Amino acid sequence: MQITIHEIVFFILAAVIIGCSVLAVTTRRILRSATYLLFVLFATAGIYFYLSYSFLGAVQLTVYAGGIIVLYVFSILLTSADNRRVEKFLLGRFFAGLVAALAGAAICVYLTVTHSFGPTYPLGGELPMSIIGEALMGTGKYQYLLPFEVISILLLACIVGGILIARKR
Amino acid sequence: MFDFSVVTEWVDEGLRSWLPEGWVLPVEFFLIGLCLLVAYAIIALVLILYERKVCAAFQCRLGPNRVGPWGVTQSVADMLKMLTKELIKINHVDRFLFNLAPFIVIISSVLAFGCIPFAKGLEIIDFNVGVFFLLAVSSIGIVGVLLAGWSSNNKYSLIGAMRSGAQMISYELSIGLTILTMVVFSGSMQLSTIVESQAEGWFIFRAHVPAVIAFVIYLIAGTAETNRGPFDLPEADSELTAGYHTEYSGMHFGFFYLAEYLNMFVVASVAATLFLGGWMPLHIPGWDAFNAAMDWIPSIFWFIGKVAVLIFVIMWFKWTFPRLRIDQLLRLEWKYLLPINLLNLLLMVVVVVFGLHF
Repeated sequence: MQITIHEIVFFILAAVIIGCSVLAVTTRRILRSATYLLFVLFATAGIYFYLSYSFLGAVQLTVYAGGIIVLYVFSILLTSADNRRVEKFLLGRFFAGLVAALAGAAICVYLTVTHSFGPTYPLGGELPMSIIGEALMGTGKYQYLLPFEVISILLLACIVGGILIARKR
Repeated sequence: MFDFSVVTEWVDEGLRSWLPEGWVLPVEFFLIGLCLLVAYAIIALVLILYERKVCAAFQCRLGPNRVGPWGVTQSVADMLKMLTKELIKINHVDRFLFNLAPFIVIISSVLAFGCIPFAKGLEIIDFNVGVFFLLAVSSIGIVGVLLAGWSSNNKYSLIGAMRSGAQMISYELSIGLTILTMVVFSGSMQLSTIVESQAEGWFIFRAHVPAVIAFVIYLIAGTAETNRGPFDLPEADSELTAGYHTEYSGMHFGFFYLAEYLNMFVVASVAATLFLGGWMPLHIPGWDAFNAAMDWIPSIFWFIGKVAVLIFVIMWFKWTFPRLRIDQLLRLEWKYLLPINLLNLLLMVVVVVFGLHF
């Protein structure tokens, strides 16, 4: 079997995602955990670029790597000043967590095996930005203006809630 | 006008003729990466010398003048010194994060550097979301700065990192909105298309008022984004010794230093690309002889010239204005720049919809 560059890239990305996801939950320091999560998100963005869906890759980098992770790191810096480590789990909790994780993995594997996937390689080249824009902002069939607006209302509610909590003190 | 794709295609054909099929692409990737890193290092050295000379001129000094004629090899000597310095191990730090942080900063800066169209046919990453990608990768650098400040186990570093995080997140909004304003005008996010569509005239002339407002805001926000004076409070040396990179030594410090200068270069070249036409020569519709004369100057010189002028303006800011306080800095962004920016975006939409541009 001939291994192409495409496959090598895919396997490297997949290995990074799996390895860093495991490290993110097993490490005992919270900031390291956030850093491993950052690597997982990078590799996910890498998968989007690999599928030549560069818009989603760039969104992943801006929103998650540049936004959410910065927010996490910021809140960790503000809340835990010292280099505090997480204490060990109780045995009961450990088994409950293990069962939940195994159940989740079983569902994922079941869905992956039974689902029939479309073509692995997308149509050649990148998706033009105007098509994505029209799909996001259109009101016709298979266009997503309404969900987009609903999500923006949700975010507005979150902002108002955040201000309310911050003002209470 | 000389097209650099002639050179790249010649190299490509040469490699294809004497290498087996599967080896051509890896070798080309390697060559491109090598060229990119060499260009990165050389530009950083030139910028450091440029900064010292400009600073000296503003302070009525001569600047470096001992090493080589006019001190041109001073920054090469500095680089050799930096490379041979010891990487000091610091006790009670999270060593993994401490060593990782400079690499995150430099990778973000190199990725952004790779998106820039340097000359006609000389561009490396050209996605159809080019500007957005550039914005996305340059926002990764903040994580590196925050990690560096936290993992140094030093109060000054931590304060510097917090300031820098607050500042970069705030000013990224302004940068994003000004870029959005210009994307509305150009109708494309692909950097090569943006440059090509300025053949009839640079955007700053064609989109007149909103483009000028966006240009000024972009320069202010870009200066803040690169942590340079008058917005240099993350590394305010009189208050915080050196801010988030206080504890770093040797080449790890060198990475932060390089990334700071190269981020300035990236900011200036994005400004040149979006507002001043990138490598596109100055064209005035109707003046055919003038346009032909302008085309004689190679595109790379146009690009470097524009970027050099913009970098001079950014340095001028630094050596002219006193440093802001953190509350003044955040007020400037959230109470002035952001509302002006949103109104300017509206103005640009009106200009585009009613066709009020040239």
